[in-house]
Amino acid sequence: MGKVLRAIPVLLGALVMLFPFAWTVVTSLTPDGALLSIPPDFAPGDASLDAYRRLLEAMPFWRIVLNSAWIAVASTVLQLLTSSMAAYAFARLPFPGRNALFAVYLATLMVPMQVLVVPLFLEMRAVNLVDTYFALLAPTIASAFGVFLLRQAIAQVPREFDEAAVLDGAGHLRVFAFVIVPLIRPALATFAIFGFIASWNSYLWPLVIIRSPEFMTIPLGLASLHGEFTTEWNVVMAGSVVSVVPILVLYLFAQKHVIASVAQSGLK
Amino acid sequence: MTRTKASIRLRYAGTVALFLLPSAIPLALFTLVPMAGSLWTSLHEWNLITPMRWVGLDNYVELLGEERTRAAFGHTLYFIAGYLPLVYAGGFGLALLLNRAMRGRNVLRAIYFLPVVSSWVVVALMWKWLLNPASGIVNQLLALVGLDGPGWWTDPDWAMPSIILASAWKDLGFVMVILLAGLQAIPQEYRDAAKVDGATGFKSFRHITFPLLSPATFFVVVISLINGFQVFDQVHVMTGGGPAGASQVVVEQVYDLTFRYGRAGAASALSWLLFVVILLVTLVQIRAQRRWVNYG
Repeated sequence: MGKVLRAIPVLLGALVMLFPFAWTVVTSLTPDGALLSIPPDFAPGDASLDAYRRLLEAMPFWRIVLNSAWIAVASTVLQLLTSSMAAYAFARLPFPGRNALFAVYLATLMVPMQVLVVPLFLEMRAVNLVDTYFALLAPTIASAFGVFLLRQAIAQVPREFDEAAVLDGAGHLRVFAFVIVPLIRPALATFAIFGFIASWNSYLWPLVIIRSPEFMTIPLGLASLHGEFTTEWNVVMAGSVVSVVPILVLYLFAQKHVIASVAQSGLK
Repeated sequence: MTRTKASIRLRYAGTVALFLLPSAIPLALFTLVPMAGSLWTSLHEWNLITPMRWVGLDNYVELLGEERTRAAFGHTLYFIAGYLPLVYAGGFGLALLLNRAMRGRNVLRAIYFLPVVSSWVVVALMWKWLLNPASGIVNQLLALVGLDGPGWWTDPDWAMPSIILASAWKDLGFVMVILLAGLQAIPQEYRDAAKVDGATGFKSFRHITFPLLSPATFFVVVISLINGFQVFDQVHVMTGGGPAGASQVVVEQVYDLTFRYGRAGAASALSWLLFVVILLVTLVQIRAQRRWVNYG
C-alpha cells in the first residue's frame, strides 16, 4: 500500500513537469484562428505546420540555431582547453606566487555576470566590437570555475604517472596531453556538459551585446520573436520547440552523467 | 654552466606561461578589467554619450536614498521568499519519495530534471502562455471547476507569484537531485541503529535524516540565494519588471538604468551594491553553518 501511495504524488508531479512541454508542442501545431477561441477550438485533425512556416519567414531561424550551436561548441572547446591547461599549471608546475595567482582566479568566480555586463559592454563598445561574434564569445573563453574543477581532478592523479612519462623523456606539454588529459576525462566531460548548456541557454550577455538578427543566439531570437508576435503564441511556441529539442536530445544521451555530476556537487 | 642553468629556468618560465596565458589573458581582459571599469564608472555620472563626470560616492548615496532601489531589493526578496521555500519543500518531498527503491525511478528523476536543462527564456515563454489570463490553459482549467483565474503576469499583485511559480517549476529537479544524492549517502546502518534505539518515523527523520542531510541543504540554500538575488532572465521575458514596476528586481533595474535611462554610473553602483549584499549573505551563511551543518 505504501508503495502505491508514494507513487501517486511522484507521478502527478512528473505530469506537472511534462505538461508544459506537451502543451508547447500542441500550441505550436494549432492553426492561427483556433488559438484564441475559448474554450480551445482544436482537434488533432486540424494540426498544421503554419506556425513553423511563419517562424522561418519571420527570422533567419536556421542561422540563429547555427549561431547558438557553433558558439556553444566553440566556447565549450575553448574553456576545456584554457581551463585544463591552467589547471595543470596550478596542480603540477610550482612557481613563485602560484597560490596568490590561484586566489585571483578564484576571486573572479565570485563576481556575477550581472556586475560585469555593463562595463563589459562599454569595453566592447570602446574597441568597436559590439554586435560581433567575438564579443559574444569573449566572456566564455576562460572559466575560473573550470580551472578550479579540473585542478581538483588533476591533483587526484598520482604523481607516479607523470614521473614515468618524464623518465621516458616527455616534456610538460606531452605529459599534459598524453598522460593527464586521458586520466581526467570524466571531469572534462562534466565541465563540457555544463559549459555547453550554459552557453546554449545564456541570455543576459547576448541581450546586451547583440543587435542584428544575424548574430543572435536562440534565447535572444526567441525573446525578440515574442516581442514581434505578442499574441501569436503558436509561432512563439514553435520557436520554443525548435530551440529546446536539441538540448533535450543532448540531455537524454548524457542524462545519467549530467545528473550524477549535479548530484556530486552537493556532496562536497 | 650558469648559462645553461639560466636557460633552463627561462624555458621553465616559458612553459608556465604557455599553460597559464590562454586563461589568464581572457580572464584579465573580460573579467578583471570590467571589474575595475565598473568600480570606476560607479564613481562617475555617465550617460554613455557625453564624457564621464566624477561624482565620488554620490551614485551610492543617491541609490540608497531612492525609493526605486528599496523597491527593487524588496521585489527581489519577495521573489526569494516565495521561491526558496517552494523549491526546497518540493525538492525535499520528492527526494524523500524517490529515495526508496521504486520501478522507473531513474526515468522519473530524468523527467524532473528536464526543465533544469531548458533555457530560462523558453521556460518563461512557456509559462507566460500557460498563465495567459484570457486564453491560457491554466485559467481555462480553473474555469472548468468554476474558478475565476487571476490576471497572472498582467496583474501587479500576481506578477511576482507567476514568476515564482515558473522558477520553482524549473529548479525543482535540480534541488531534488542534490537532496536525493545527500539522502543516498546516508548509511542505512544509522537508521537501523536509530530503530534499535526506538526512533522511527518522524523522530528518525528529525535526528538522523535531517542532520545528515544538512550539507546538501546548505549547498542548496547557498546556491538558491545567490541565484535568487541575481534573478533576471525570467523576469525580463515574463514581465519586463512590470506591470507598473511590480516585479522590478535588482538586475532588471541595473539593465534599465543602463539601457533605458542612460545612467551607467548608477547602474554600476547598483550592481556593486547587489554584489556586496550577496557576499554578505553568503558569508553569514558560511559562518552560521557551524551551528547547524553536520559534516560527520
